[in-house]
Amino acid sequence: MPPGGGGPMKDCEYSQISTHSSSPMESPHKKKKIAARRKWEVFPGRNKFFCNGRIMMARQTGVFYLTLVLILVTSGLFFAFDCPYLAVKITPAIPVVGGILFFFVMGTLLRTSFSDPGVLPRATPDEAADLERQIGNPEDIANGTSSGGYRPPPRTKEVIINGQTVKLKYCFTCKIFRPPRASHCSLCDNCVERFDHHCPWVGNCVGKRNYRFFYMFILSLSFLTVFIFAFVITHVILRSQQAGFLNALKDSPASVLEAVVCFFSVWSIVGLSGFHTYLISSNQTTNEDIKGSWSNKRGKENYNPYSYGNIFTNCCVALCGPISPSLIDRRGYIQPDTPQPAAPSNGMATYGATQSQSDMAAATPLLQSEPSLTSDELHLPGKPGLGTPCASLTLGPPTPPSSMPNLAAEAALTDILPLKDEHVGHQFLTPDEAPSPPTMLAGSPLAHSRTMHVLGLASQDSLHEDSVRGLVKLSSV
Amino acid sequence: MEVHNLQELRRSASLATKVFIQRDYSDGTICQFQTKFPPELDSRIERQLFEETVKTLNSFYAEAEKIGGSSYLEGCLACATAYFIFLCMETHYEKVLKKISRYIQEQNEKVFAPRGLLLTDPVERGMRVIEISIYEDRCSSGSSSSGSSSGSGSSSGGGGGAGGR
Repeated sequence: MPPGGGGPMKDCEYSQISTHSSSPMESPHKKKKIAARRKWEVFPGRNKFFCNGRIMMARQTGVFYLTLVLILVTSGLFFAFDCPYLAVKITPAIPVVGGILFFFVMGTLLRTSFSDPGVLPRATPDEAADLERQIGNPEDIANGTSSGGYRPPPRTKEVIINGQTVKLKYCFTCKIFRPPRASHCSLCDNCVERFDHHCPWVGNCVGKRNYRFFYMFILSLSFLTVFIFAFVITHVILRSQQAGFLNALKDSPASVLEAVVCFFSVWSIVGLSGFHTYLISSNQTTNEDIKGSWSNKRGKENYNPYSYGNIFTNCCVALCGPISPSLIDRRGYIQPDTPQPAAPSNGMATYGATQSQSDMAAATPLLQSEPSLTSDELHLPGKPGLGTPCASLTLGPPTPPSSMPNLAAEAALTDILPLKDEHVGHQFLTPDEAPSPPTMLAGSPLAHSRTMHVLGLASQDSLHEDSVRGLVKLSSV
Repeated sequence: MEVHNLQELRRSASLATKVFIQRDYSDGTICQFQTKFPPELDSRIERQLFEETVKTLNSFYAEAEKIGGSSYLEGCLACATAYFIFLCMETHYEKVLKKISRYIQEQNEKVFAPRGLLLTDPVERGMRVIEISIYEDRCSSGSSSSGSSSGSGSSSGGGGGAGGR
């Protein structure tokens, strides 16, 4: 193969492509500014990110702070007021065991709250178009209408898993057919794999990747609550034997508060632990249990196709099975010229928010769009920095109508093909004109989606460069 | 050199269409892709080569998600260290994903690029699809081919595309 054959022409094309990808733009500083953005900043779901993308939570975190406060205050009071007495009177093992339980509770709570529950990234425009074509076509043929209804008719696919018929639903927001057991969380506006439920107490969805942490959290919290409750009662009883009940209460008023908190918590938390133990042993999710998907009441032939048959295996798999890495590359850098996922319902994504982008910088000496990036930085795992100061960034826009941008985007998609040639000028239009409050974008779905589609067309070259190198950057939290 | 070949593919060929190989859920939620041969690839690549690639990928994913002694051990060890061990060490799944991306790169270089095709790692598509991009060669010199076939033929991908197999 002659690389030099047709050399000058090829070189000309070569430099043309690199110019396109690197940017047709006016000023290098703007490119740098855009290039420095990470994918979490344009994530289409309704999540909050902290510590530069390492931490991911739902939008409403008020109840999570309440949980934290309750646990910290109750445990703090226990260690401060009850433990000294108990350590002397009974055994110093009490504060030690209490301490271990406390750290375990906090560790699993933070792990549950801060990690990616298993969010499925939204479909790229090409995928979405392909699916819509597949969904829409039979309808068109039947009705004799032209293609391109803005909203494809609701579709389900049926799959037979282990002898059971399972329906896969099409998600209009994410533009994918949801895998079995996945569900779309309306609070976070994401499809989550093996969706269990959205827990406001931990401020996050509970899904495939963080279910074991959630379970260990509620289990250890039950132990901690029972532990504190028992020893607070013991403390008060021992003191009452010496000085009388009322005096005992006067001597350690904190014990009363702890006892009250623990008493009310015990029922709910122990109950919840028991419920989730049942779910784990039968390999069901809360979602499935509530809907009664696999209950015998639906029919004699109805059974859970995901169960491994025995309780032990089900438990082992749920708690000690392999953890899949996060599919949304939060900390990767955005490449300005790679396709972004399907139109987000909240108009958040301006451009380029797919996983491939992180590969770009490491992969491509040709494309000069990421001069500041080093491979080292890309290959660092996205672990939570324990000591790093975290700046919080709230990305939640005010509730935009979810259907409107989708419709507009789909309308725009069908008639913007002629724009392809203009992409050079358009490419960075939206990021430039979009001020930092993302709410502005919700008001201009057409402009945004036009840019999006244009970017999709323009970016195929670079996209395939990714595949060539096949580098994968994964964030592991 | 191989990369150079693919770069030339990118330069000289234009993207005709993309084919998406969807997930196969018949065995549950484990990651598997359908081995059904898409009709668009009919003139581009041998059925057997394609199926072999997909089956190898499926076996890699099965290995990543395998439940057994070693995965339990990893899970328990991780739990015992409060998952701090993942600061130093990759999970088994991540190791296999790296293997997969190397395999895909190799397949692209050896098998797909000469036929004017390009595979995208499913991990970049949220493990939903294997995206295969089909290129049409718009350069007359057929630069995208090396060795056996000039798979990308003329625009309609007609008979010439099957040559050299």
